[in-house]
Amino acid sequence: MHQFEIKRYIPLEIAGIDFSFTNSALWMFIAIAVISVLLIYGMRERALVPGRLQSVAELSYEFVANMVRENTGREGMQYFPFIFSIFIFILTLNMLGMVPYSFTVTSHIIVTFALAALVFLFVIFVGFAKNGPGFLKLFVPSGVPAAMLPLITVLEVFSFFIRPISLSVRLFANMMAGHMMLKVFAAFVVGLGVLGGWAPLLFMVAFTGLEVLVAFLQAFVFTVLTCIYLNDALHMHH
Amino acid sequence: MDPAAAKLIGAGIASTALIGAGLGIGNIFGSYLTGALRNPSAAPGQFPNLLLGFALAEATGLFGLIVALIILFVF
Repeated sequence: MHQFEIKRYIPLEIAGIDFSFTNSALWMFIAIAVISVLLIYGMRERALVPGRLQSVAELSYEFVANMVRENTGREGMQYFPFIFSIFIFILTLNMLGMVPYSFTVTSHIIVTFALAALVFLFVIFVGFAKNGPGFLKLFVPSGVPAAMLPLITVLEVFSFFIRPISLSVRLFANMMAGHMMLKVFAAFVVGLGVLGGWAPLLFMVAFTGLEVLVAFLQAFVFTVLTCIYLNDALHMHH
Repeated sequence: MDPAAAKLIGAGIASTALIGAGLGIGNIFGSYLTGALRNPSAAPGQFPNLLLGFALAEATGLFGLIVALIILFVF
C-alpha cells in the first residue's frame, strides 16, 4: 500500500549498507522537532501558572513519572529519562501517523523491533548490573514444587526471550491494522459513491477517533510493559 | 486443492484469532463495569488497568491478523 512505502530521498550507500535518507527517517526527525519544540519552547517561561504548551509538557512529564513510580518504585526513577524518551517518541510517531498524507514510522516492524530490542537489552543490562549472576534466578520462581521446576524454567526462559517480539509486534500490528482498516473503508466510500458512501464515511470518522485513542494507548502499553520488565530486573525477590 | 485457494482459506482461518480478541475485550469491559457498579469509588483507580487490559487483549487478536497478512502477501 502506498502509505506504507519507504521512499529514498537521499540515496546513500556506505560499505554495501544502505544508509539512504528515507521518508521514515524524515518523519523521525519531524517527531524529534515536535518533541523539542514542546519541551524546550513550552518550558521556556517556567511560569508558576503554566500556559497551554507548558501544561502539555508538564502533564506528559507527570504522567510518565507517576507510571514509573507506581510500577518500579523509587529505584526505578533513576531510569526515568530513558522511559520518558521512549514514551514521548512512540507517542509522537503514532500521533503524527494520524495526520493525513503523513507516514507512520511505527507501522514498520523493524522500527518497533529496534525499540523493543533496546528495551530488552536495557533490562538485561540493568538486571545483571544490579543483581550480578543472581539475575538468572528470574527463570527459577520460588515456591514451585521440585518436580515442576524443569518445565517451569523452560517456560520462563521462553517467555523472557519472546518479550521483544511480542512488544514490537503489538505496537506494529496495532498501527498497521488501524491504518489498513481506514484505507479499506475509504475504498468503500469511493466505491459506493455519493448515495451510499455516507455510511462508511461516518464509520471512518468514528474509527479515526478510536485510532487516536489506540495511538495513545499503544505508546502507554509499550511504556508500562517496559516499566514492568524493569521492575523484574530491579526487584528480584518475588 | 488449488494453492491459491488454500492460501485464501488459510488466511481466513488465521484471522479467526480475532474471535478471541473480541471475547477478551468484551470480558474486560464487562468485568470492569460489574466491578465499577458495585464499588464506584474504586473504579477510577482501575481505569489505567482497564486500558492496559484492553490493549493487551486487542494485540493478541492482531497477532492472528498479522499471520493472515503474511500468508496473503508474503508467500
